[in-house]
Amino acid sequence: MIHARGLARVFDTKRGREKVAVTAVGGVDIDVDEGEIVGFLGPNGAGKTTTLRMLTTLLKPTRGTATVAGFDLATDPLNVRRNIGYVSQSGSTAMTARAGEEVIDHALLYGISRDRAEKRGKQLFEQLDLDGMWLRQPKTMSGGQRRRLDIAMGLVHDPKLVFLDEPTTGLDPQARANLWTHIADLRNKLGSTVFLTTHYLDEADALCDRILVIDNGVIVASDTPDALKRQVAGDLIELLLTQKSDATAVLKLAKAIPGATKATSDGLVVTVRVPSAGGELPPLLRALEKAKVTLAAIEVRRPTLDDVFLTMTGRSLREDS
Amino acid sequence: MFFFQTWVIYRRQMRLALRNPVWVIIGLAQPILYLCLFGPLLKPLTAQIGALNAYTFFVPGLLIQLGLFGALFSGFGLISEWRQGVIESERVTPASRAALLLGRVLRDVTSLGVQGIVLVALGFAFGMTGSIPGMILGLLITVLLGGACSASSNALALTLKSEDALAPILNSIALPVLLLAGILLPISIKTGAPEWLVVVSDFMPIKYLVSAVRELFTGDFFTLITMWGCIWTVILFAAGLWFGTRTFRKDNV
Repeated sequence: MIHARGLARVFDTKRGREKVAVTAVGGVDIDVDEGEIVGFLGPNGAGKTTTLRMLTTLLKPTRGTATVAGFDLATDPLNVRRNIGYVSQSGSTAMTARAGEEVIDHALLYGISRDRAEKRGKQLFEQLDLDGMWLRQPKTMSGGQRRRLDIAMGLVHDPKLVFLDEPTTGLDPQARANLWTHIADLRNKLGSTVFLTTHYLDEADALCDRILVIDNGVIVASDTPDALKRQVAGDLIELLLTQKSDATAVLKLAKAIPGATKATSDGLVVTVRVPSAGGELPPLLRALEKAKVTLAAIEVRRPTLDDVFLTMTGRSLREDS
Repeated sequence: MFFFQTWVIYRRQMRLALRNPVWVIIGLAQPILYLCLFGPLLKPLTAQIGALNAYTFFVPGLLIQLGLFGALFSGFGLISEWRQGVIESERVTPASRAALLLGRVLRDVTSLGVQGIVLVALGFAFGMTGSIPGMILGLLITVLLGGACSASSNALALTLKSEDALAPILNSIALPVLLLAGILLPISIKTGAPEWLVVVSDFMPIKYLVSAVRELFTGDFFTLITMWGCIWTVILFAAGLWFGTRTFRKDNV
């Protein structure tokens, strides 16, 4: 469905008076098969959106080639556009328009007849839990509803391939979970191929068959979510002590946890990575009590993109973003 | 297909504009204020300017001003659409990108046409006299100028994508044009303008439009001034559309 080779994008920007070429995407190879849901994972500024905009014909690649939905990006962009749907992160409708009108107008631009557009639009509204929103103005909708409206816009012409750019950014957890089921349905019920970008590991985990990790414009990993998480190996337990003198004893206990890796202490903080924090915490707490250590706080972190990233690139996501 | 797509975009734009007509009203209020608050000052100067009727002289200038300012700032609307993701979502459809521009230009042209008609009608109420066919041609020049301004403004907005960058550029264009085109007061030796100012203003294409519309309003169709005005209108219109479609067709914005 997508075959990209050496796709690169260099922006010319000015730094003071000097012209500088900034490489946003430094030559990526992407292969997505029909019926796959593939996640494109990376920090802000890693080149996710730039890559997506190249694949959707919105931005001309500086180098490289790609076929998208069976058509060559450079020579046949019109046919690419006909066969893909794009749900951008910035929305797709005017705040003061009526939702239904926007969907119909969008479909008309694809050359779909008004009747079919209205029928398909209303069907999509039903499937995406937007019943009764046909005449509503997007400005009166919730963030989640608006995002589903964007998806309806992107699907009205029944594309074979759907691109979603950060579909759940800015949504509350409930709306996110709800949207995930709708995105999964794109493949499961409509048979579309889905390519989405995200910077949430749990999202990629919940949705994707495969994840491409991009950093600094280069793809650093391509694997299933499980395989990626295995590289990170488990949850992070962070213990905040009340006394510095306890640090050595606590560190020793932490190292004793079965499967513990990377136990370190830094002042009042002791951190350790364990395969599953849920099962290891109770014995650890009992052991700490026995050793008469009082904790100020305890925190458990599930593996995040940050951790995947740290493992894969040797540096933290937050260092330069 | 191209015309249908243009029509879809135009209809959508008109629908949105009519749902929130505050900008149309503001655009209309401006020339009306000039007519009511500035017109009376020109009346005693009628003879000195070399006109027979102050309003037959003044309304053409206001028309051109309307064409300029009504359309020059339409790029701001495009930036806000771009922020809402509308532009991207239209650009990812197979629709012609020129149609995306043209639909918007036609929206501005339509609202300019209406505003222009209201302005001329109001001019009559103030005692304007002159040639009706001339006024219709004058309106046409206004609308074409507006189309050129709208196309360039939208193209500029699509390139800059920032109100903060667009505003100073448009303002630095608008004010010299307003002053040098002789919209408010004619710039000629006859009215006592210094020679250097006349020479500078001769380089301002809009001046020829203003002069031509003034001639047309008095019923002088076949003069050199009218001809130059029409030529410049066509040149500006073609240049504006060329610049606009070229920008909208780029794959790099």
